[in-house]
Amino acid sequence: MRADPVLTFTDRGIYCPAGDFYIDPWRPVDRALITHGHSDHSRWGHQHYMATEAAAPVMHHRLGDVSIQTTPYGAKTQIGGASVSFHPAGHIPGSAQIRIEVGGEVWVVSGDYKPEPDGLCESFELVPCHAFISECTFGLPAFKWAPQSVVSEEINAWWAANAAEGRFSLLGAYSLGKAQRLMSLLDPSIGPILTHGAVEATNEVLRAQGYPLPATTRVTGDLDVKAHTGGIVIAPPSAFGTPWAKKFGRAATGFASGWMRLRGVRRRRAADRGFVLSDHADWTGLNDTIRATGCEKVFVTHGYTEIFNQWLLSQGYDSAIVATEYTGEGADTDDVAEVD
Amino acid sequence: MQAFADLFNALDQTTSTNAKVAALTDYFETAADPDKLWCIALFSGRRPKRAVTTTRLREWAAERAGIPLWLFEETYPIVGDLSETIALILPDATRQTNRTLSDWMGEILSLTPADEDTRKEAVLDAWDCLNTTERFLFNKLLTGGFRVGVSQKLMTRALSRATNTEESQMAHRLMGNWTPETTTFHDLIHAQDTEADKSRPYPFYLAYGLEDAPEALGAPSDWQAEWKWDGIRGQLILRGGTHFLWSRGEELITDRFPEFARSVDFLPDGTVLDGEVLAWHEHKPLPFSELQKRIGRKTVPKKLLKDAPVVLRAYDLLEHAGEDIRDKPLAERRARLETLLADIPPEAAVIPSPVVPFNNWQTLTDIRETSRDAHAEGLMLKRLDSPYLAGRKKGDWWKWKVDPLTIDAVMIYAQSGHGRRANLFTDFTFAVWNNGELVPFTKAYSGLTDAEFRKITAWVRKNTLQRFGPVRQVTPEHVFEIGFEGIMDSPRHKSGVALRFPRMLRWRHDKPASEANTLDDLKALMP
Repeated sequence: MRADPVLTFTDRGIYCPAGDFYIDPWRPVDRALITHGHSDHSRWGHQHYMATEAAAPVMHHRLGDVSIQTTPYGAKTQIGGASVSFHPAGHIPGSAQIRIEVGGEVWVVSGDYKPEPDGLCESFELVPCHAFISECTFGLPAFKWAPQSVVSEEINAWWAANAAEGRFSLLGAYSLGKAQRLMSLLDPSIGPILTHGAVEATNEVLRAQGYPLPATTRVTGDLDVKAHTGGIVIAPPSAFGTPWAKKFGRAATGFASGWMRLRGVRRRRAADRGFVLSDHADWTGLNDTIRATGCEKVFVTHGYTEIFNQWLLSQGYDSAIVATEYTGEGADTDDVAEVD
Repeated sequence: MQAFADLFNALDQTTSTNAKVAALTDYFETAADPDKLWCIALFSGRRPKRAVTTTRLREWAAERAGIPLWLFEETYPIVGDLSETIALILPDATRQTNRTLSDWMGEILSLTPADEDTRKEAVLDAWDCLNTTERFLFNKLLTGGFRVGVSQKLMTRALSRATNTEESQMAHRLMGNWTPETTTFHDLIHAQDTEADKSRPYPFYLAYGLEDAPEALGAPSDWQAEWKWDGIRGQLILRGGTHFLWSRGEELITDRFPEFARSVDFLPDGTVLDGEVLAWHEHKPLPFSELQKRIGRKTVPKKLLKDAPVVLRAYDLLEHAGEDIRDKPLAERRARLETLLADIPPEAAVIPSPVVPFNNWQTLTDIRETSRDAHAEGLMLKRLDSPYLAGRKKGDWWKWKVDPLTIDAVMIYAQSGHGRRANLFTDFTFAVWNNGELVPFTKAYSGLTDAEFRKITAWVRKNTLQRFGPVRQVTPEHVFEIGFEGIMDSPRHKSGVALRFPRMLRWRHDKPASEANTLDDLKALMP
């Protein structure tokens, strides 16, 4: 039997002793394997990054001129005593689960993942493994998502109704991932799609990679607002209520996130509408995925870890919690987890 | 039920008053009469009593969802609402139904007398054919907790639009002692029903708080000042040889206050008085806590009747000799009130609330400072030529409360809120110093902005010392200025005091915990 486990959990993040590398570390390290470009996974300050070919352009856009070794999905790379490969996680364009094999034992770090295909990002791939390190952002039975087609119909109906009243629709979404997914769900026959600069900057990166995004117009100071009446504006939620948003008059406001499943959160957002649309696995998705990997051991991280771990234990799994830097207080992380 | 769920969603999804009224008007124009009647009942607080205990509901929901009860209990505080938690965890409906709101209300009412197996079967059956919003509403109605962010005023406005009736007239129609089981939509809205009219109160006129100096109100001679009492607002109706007492919350509370039974012997039929119900002893009000003992009791034991007798301090006359005189100016209503009550004996338990004389605003400002000595919580200012309006209206009536008593206290426990505030820490326990120890003396929930609540929530998460279920003990570090309206002895509390209306006035970033007030400082504020 091997002495070391394939992965260990350190105060810098998940570490592989056989390959001497970290996965999504939160303190600067020499070699970091990155699941995806969101800032809580892809941090600044590492010496050498490794990521999928699809994730690298956005990482360069966000981190600047850093050293990134890229790999296609599914290709094996030997790092020290570990064989490493990246597999689609279905979270955002370029996102990956990372598979690490050492001496015939396979561990998979899920990163953030979404089993349901969304038509934009690379669809989630199930990777059989001995140990699965799973996020559980929405690891409570109250979180269950309707199929994407149902939510996209709701959003388009909302947009169309606002457009019919001659109002703008201001839809809040994070600049990387959710914004582009929403755009790809919109029905361009309803009206023009406008974007905030932060969103459009990411669009340019993803378009250059060949991701199919609809035509959009960047909102600039000299935009002819009247000519775009009835349009939908995709912007980071932080832009709501700012002078920037004023030019759209009494726009209808909406917000798309898994947290919108909860009425209390929906009402606190002070948006007119909350659409339940998440880039993470829901309760069913988490449970189904964990079961399907055939894993013997589960580690849970990011989210309602305490509760979800207790649930897995009660279901007969050999399960444990991975502490992250932001102390895994499951019930409390909801307001922090803005990157959904 | 779908139409009502759509209405609920429309109301829940907007903060615009116009959009809310439009959605309600649309419902009142399209729904069937029995559904409209239930809608009016629910939106005016006439909810049926809880038909099933929440303990059973939790068990049944967890069972149907295939999750252990502990997981349900862990999920509930995060969702923040029991009905919603149940609605969210249940598997999707397997069939559909076209039962209407009134069908479901009938079903819910039939469950109260049913045995538990019948209840369970009916509830599981309902869950299985309703969508998430419908289930949420069904659970709310089942547990007697239905509330929605629409005031009765907006509902009344929509109803008056949909039926082409004048708004104040509609408000009056909706008052009184009716339920959907005792009336129909037609009888309530369109027909005259003398028996119901007999007990029907007038909508209360509510005052706004005065924010500016009184000088802004113009000439003092245009105004009448009265003490503002700290009791419960009441409307005493004498019609058809009997009496009715209504609370401001439109609850008929006649039986709780038998003191007023004798008022029919001393006041003429066709009289309606507006005033304050106060616990009263030896010509002065008792603390609100004494009155509180009476409020919750449907029947009153003799001893309590003796310890905390109540009176109505009447300050307005709405109906005189059977005539609605709300349109007459206050000066005239007041004159008639004084004549009516001039020779009334103490047994009638109705006392006129005095006018506070003043010549100029400065005098009144000085008088206001003495409110606590007068056992009042401030002054009321009423324009002498004002009619008695319905609902909360700006302009003619103002409440001018004394500034609250204040104390600087240290936050020692925090608990998350419910509903909109679930997952934010909003319920805090505060302590003052006593011999080097922090003694808890009050809880407070309100007074901070959402931004401040978010900030303190983030802090609580990082500074939790211990958890006791949902309650967290935190590092005693933050000082808040606590405002309150009164302070009383309370042997039940560790600190020995109980506060009236405590709330957070501000977060004292400038003060370290060591500079918070002491228990002696607090006790020095007692009357």
